Amino acid sequence: MTTATLPQPPLVSGATGEHGHLEELRRDPIGLMRRVHDECGEVGAFDLAGRRVVLLSGADVNEWYFRSPDEVLDQGAAYPFMTPIFGKGVVFDAPPERRAEMLKNQSLRGPQMRGHAEVIAAEVERMVADWSGELQIDLLDFFAELTIYTSSACLIGKKFREQLDGRFAELYHDLEQGTDALAYVDPYAPIESFRRRDAARVDLVKLVEGIMATRGGDDPPAGDPDLLDLLMSVKDDGVLRFTADEITGMFIGTMFAGHHTTSGTAAWTLIELLRHPDEMAAVVAELDELYADGSEVSFQALREIPRLESAIKEALRLHPPLILLLRVATEDLEVGGYAVRKGDLVAATPAISNRLTPDFPDADAFDPARYLDPRREDDVNPWTWIPFGGGKHRCVGAAFALMQLKAIFSILLRDYSWEMAQPSDSYRNDHSKMVVQLMQPCAVRVRPRRTR
Amino acid sequence: MKITIDRDLCQGHAMCEVEAPEVFRVGRSDQAELLVERPDATHEDAVRLAVKYCPTHALSIQEG
Repeated sequence: MTTATLPQPPLVSGATGEHGHLEELRRDPIGLMRRVHDECGEVGAFDLAGRRVVLLSGADVNEWYFRSPDEVLDQGAAYPFMTPIFGKGVVFDAPPERRAEMLKNQSLRGPQMRGHAEVIAAEVERMVADWSGELQIDLLDFFAELTIYTSSACLIGKKFREQLDGRFAELYHDLEQGTDALAYVDPYAPIESFRRRDAARVDLVKLVEGIMATRGGDDPPAGDPDLLDLLMSVKDDGVLRFTADEITGMFIGTMFAGHHTTSGTAAWTLIELLRHPDEMAAVVAELDELYADGSEVSFQALREIPRLESAIKEALRLHPPLILLLRVATEDLEVGGYAVRKGDLVAATPAISNRLTPDFPDADAFDPARYLDPRREDDVNPWTWIPFGGGKHRCVGAAFALMQLKAIFSILLRDYSWEMAQPSDSYRNDHSKMVVQLMQPCAVRVRPRRTR
Repeated sequence: MKITIDRDLCQGHAMCEVEAPEVFRVGRSDQAELLVERPDATHEDAVRLAVKYCPTHALSIQEG
């Protein structure tokens, strides 16, 4: 097939100076991507500091995107802002076949879920253990800390989690804030968020080094060995194969995909339920009925909880934690009748695709009923309902994430009542970084519903 | 009913094995395998849950 005669994707308006649309991407990415869709249609382009980004937004072109193999659309070079965070040789440095292999080691498979559900329920109970009477909490701080504990306990091990405290969560937050799209020009540009990112990584390595020093090199290690014991058991001539820096990089990489994503989705599920009291009442009634027999959260979180699941899915559709998914074209390609050139970035956008009509009637409305029979709008639209991406690269942690959110809200909504502590429309995302987080303040008030 | 596994999509998460262990097996392999080509009505509810909770939407049912 020759792509030489194909038209080029139309370029969206508004490019300025040598960096094209970079400044707009850093300021209002969803506005930019929405304009690409409105002006150009399902295949359009914007200019990311001299690099063309072909942006797709439609079922057919999304399907092409998600079905393309790694050899054609490569993830590896698409996320330069992650390299200073993970370090060399971690995650995106690995070749595709190695990344596929990693799923087996990530303990995200079905049979492990029961154990994870128990761990998560216990972590939620610990976070709320010292709550009494009415209090005010910050949603970003609360869920970001909780999900540091759950992901470290489930993915690295309980022993490691027990050696963490709030400091780890704070440093991790600085890493996530160091994902400015300016990294497409220079990942080490002299800006405050990159400086804090690099300082946080240094401090995280020191924390991990301190934890490694407590392991004492017992052989076999004391207690249930965790991933850290495993990595420290690999030695060359009696010397540890992996340095604290490398191990920290692996742990950051292991936890990254499941952290800000789950934390943000938890916050948005709660915010949307507070904005829609009828939906909140329906979910709380569902939980009351489900747990009336005293059953365990770790059991129910793996079963169907239809109203709660629908609310979570709707929060994911309206507020997808990843708004832009990127790949690099490794050869000249065709999509939707347009040319893609070797070296182009090719992107799918959950933020736009999730709100396409007619796939999602009344697309801007929070309407959990769209997931109930017979509408099932997520199953009917597998290539536009894409909060978890799609195809072979669909989020490997999707099942884990849904289970985790069901466990979290089983406890938080069954045992506590919630109300907004600021105007409803003041809860917003901060889109100035590639890792989207809630804008602070994002406070809510909480008090016990009943004594247990 | 007949079950189809989309080999482009299956990543071997084994959620199907959790929901319907008599119909699906993953074990330590890369993708799900069918233990029964055409499961009977006794497995129907479990198979529907397996389809629903497949993280990659790789499973589908053809009636009849």
